[in-house]
Amino acid sequence: MAHNDGDDVHAHAHLHHQPQDLPQVLVIRPPLSFSNFQSQYSHKFQFLKAWESPLPLDQFLTTHANSVQAMLSTVSYPVTACVHCLLPSLRLIVTPSAGLNHIDLDECRSRGIRVANAGNLNSEDVADVAVGLLIDLLRKISAADRYVRQGLWASTGDYPLGSKLGGKRVGIVGLGSIGLEVAKRLEAFGCIILYNSRKEKPFVSYPFYSNVVELAANSDALVICCELNDQTRHMINKEVMLALGKKGVLINVGRGVILDEKVMVWCLVQGEIGGAGLDVFENEPDVPKELFALDNVVLSPHQASLTSESSKALCELLVANLEASFSNKPLISPVMND
Amino acid sequence: MDSITVLMTSPMSDYLETQLRDRFNLVKLWTYSSKTDFFKHNSHSIRAVVGNTKIGADAELIDSLPELEIVSSYSVGLDKIDLRKCQEKGIRVTNTPDVLTDDVADVAMGLMLAVTRRVCECDRFVRRGLWPKGNFRLTNKFSGMQVGIVGLDRIGSAIAKRAEAFGCPISYYSRSEKPETNYKYFSNIIDLAVNCQILVVACALTKETHHIINREVIDALGPEGILINIGRGSHIDEPELVSALLEGRLGGAGLDVFENEPEVPEQLFGLENVVLMPHVGSDTVETADAMADLVIKNLEAHFLKKPLLTPVV
Repeated sequence: MAHNDGDDVHAHAHLHHQPQDLPQVLVIRPPLSFSNFQSQYSHKFQFLKAWESPLPLDQFLTTHANSVQAMLSTVSYPVTACVHCLLPSLRLIVTPSAGLNHIDLDECRSRGIRVANAGNLNSEDVADVAVGLLIDLLRKISAADRYVRQGLWASTGDYPLGSKLGGKRVGIVGLGSIGLEVAKRLEAFGCIILYNSRKEKPFVSYPFYSNVVELAANSDALVICCELNDQTRHMINKEVMLALGKKGVLINVGRGVILDEKVMVWCLVQGEIGGAGLDVFENEPDVPKELFALDNVVLSPHQASLTSESSKALCELLVANLEASFSNKPLISPVMND
Repeated sequence: MDSITVLMTSPMSDYLETQLRDRFNLVKLWTYSSKTDFFKHNSHSIRAVVGNTKIGADAELIDSLPELEIVSSYSVGLDKIDLRKCQEKGIRVTNTPDVLTDDVADVAMGLMLAVTRRVCECDRFVRRGLWPKGNFRLTNKFSGMQVGIVGLDRIGSAIAKRAEAFGCPISYYSRSEKPETNYKYFSNIIDLAVNCQILVVACALTKETHHIINREVIDALGPEGILINIGRGSHIDEPELVSALLEGRLGGAGLDVFENEPEVPEQLFGLENVVLMPHVGSDTVETADAMADLVIKNLEAHFLKKPLLTPVV
C-alpha cells in the first residue's frame, strides 16, 4: 500500500499525543480555572476527572485511577485517609494553594507521598489585599465611595473623619511569607508591627507575643495571615476580640474558620470591635447577612490571591512540579513537613 | 487676645472653632445671610482670616478687610488665597504642611489598591449577594506596578516611599529634577504617562498645573492605565476624564477631588473601575486636630509678635 512520508509523520505525531500515553493526573473535583488549565496542558497530561463520571468516587478510583501517581487537589475537597487507601500508586499531590489543611500530611508522610503547593507565589497579592482592606477600613474608602455614589456629598455634606494609619500598632497573627509581606508594606505607612506565631522568628526585630490575646490587647489592628490547622481553628475567639477592643479592627486573609464567625458578627453588631475587613468566611460563599448593614466592614469574595499574574504563574508552577515528579527530579515547591 | 477679631470662612472643624472662640473674638462668615450684611458689620475689625480649601481669601475679601494682618489657612493648598495681593499688602499667610502629608499619601495608596484589586467593587459584589452565583473574576496584581508621580514634594515623596514597599518602580515629573532621589525623572508629563501604569497627581495647583492632565496625557496613559488624583480637581480636565472612562480609553481612576466639589459627574456613578471619595485626603481625627493646632499656633505667634511656624508669605 503506497503511502507518503507526510502520512507517516502525521500518524506518528497522532500516536505521540494519544492521551493514554500521557502521564495520568487524578482530579477529584476541579480547582478554580481548571478548564483553562486542562485545555492548556492536555498535550502533557491525561486528566482523570472523577466528578464527570457517573460512578461513585470509590468505584471510579478503583476502576480508573488504580495506577495513578499524581493528583491535582483542590481546597474544596479534602484528601482523606480513605482516598489514600484507594490510590496505592500515588506519589505526588499538587495543590494550587498555599494552604494545606485539605491534605492529610501525616498520611502522606507515612506513605512516602510528596506534596507540592503554591509556595510563596501568592504572598504579595494576599498582602496587597490585607493592606488594601486595612486602609479602606481606617480611611472609610468603600463607605465614602458609597456615600458619593448615592449623591450624599452634595446633599448631606462632608463625610465623617477616619483614623490615621501612622502610629497604629498592627498585630500580625502568623508571620510566615504573607505576614512578612504585610509587615514590610505597613512599616512604610509608619505602623508599628507586632506579631504572634507558632515560634518566635529570630531574624525579625518586631516584638513577639506568644499569646494571641496579649497581642490583641496591645494592637489597634489585628491582621490574620496564618494557615488553618488544629491549633488555629477558632483561635480568634471572644476573648481575643474583646481584648482588641471597641476601636480595634480585624483583617482576615487567612481562612474563615480561624475566626469564630458568629462571635465576630456579634462583636461587630454590638460595637465590641471597631470594624473588620474580611476576604474569607467560614462557609463560603455564604456571608452572614448582618454584615451587609454595617458601614464599618469591608467584604471580599476570597479574591486576595487571585490575580491574572499569579494565576498564570501558578499554572506554570503546578506543571513544573508534575513534570519534575514524573521525571524523578526534585519538586519545585515541595511542602517541608516540620 | 479676645479683643482680636478673627474671621472663620466655613465650618471646617468643630475643634478649631472652639479653640478660636476661646482665644479670640470669633466671627463666622457662614452665619451671615449675605456678603453685604457681613461686610457692613465686620469689615473694620477683622485682623485675621482662617480659611480652607472651600473658601480662602480672594481679592474681594482681602480688599474689604482693611485691618487684615494674617491669613492662616486650614489646608496645605493655597489655591484659594490671592497670594500676590497678600504680598502687596504685607499680609502674612500660613498653611498646614507636613501634618497632613501622611494621611494624603495613605489615601493615594488606598485608592491605588482599591482600583487595581477592585476592593470597593468586590465589597459591592458580596453585599449584593452575587458570590453564591459565581466567583469574582481575576484582578490585576498591584505589587510591582510602575507608578508615575506628578509632583515630588512632600506628599509625592511620601507616596513614593509607600509604593516602594510594594516593589513598585517609581518615576516622576516635576518642575525640576530631584537628584537626591533614585527615582526616574521625566522632563515631560507625556513621557511619564507613557512609561507608567498608575499616574498619581500630587502637585500644587497653580496656573501652570491647571488641567495638567488633559486628553493627551490620558491617551498616553492608555486603556490599561490608572489615574489617581489627590491634588485638586482642576488638575484634571474633568469632562475629558469622564469621556475617556466611559469610552474605555482609560483603565480606571481613583479620585478624591473634583473640579466643582461637592458636585461629582454622575456618569461616574455607574462605573466599576472608579473609586470616588469626598475630598477626605487629610480627614482623620488625628490630623484634623494637628492642623487646627497649627492654625492656632500661627495666629498666636503673629499676635505675640513671634516668628510664624509655617509661613508661606
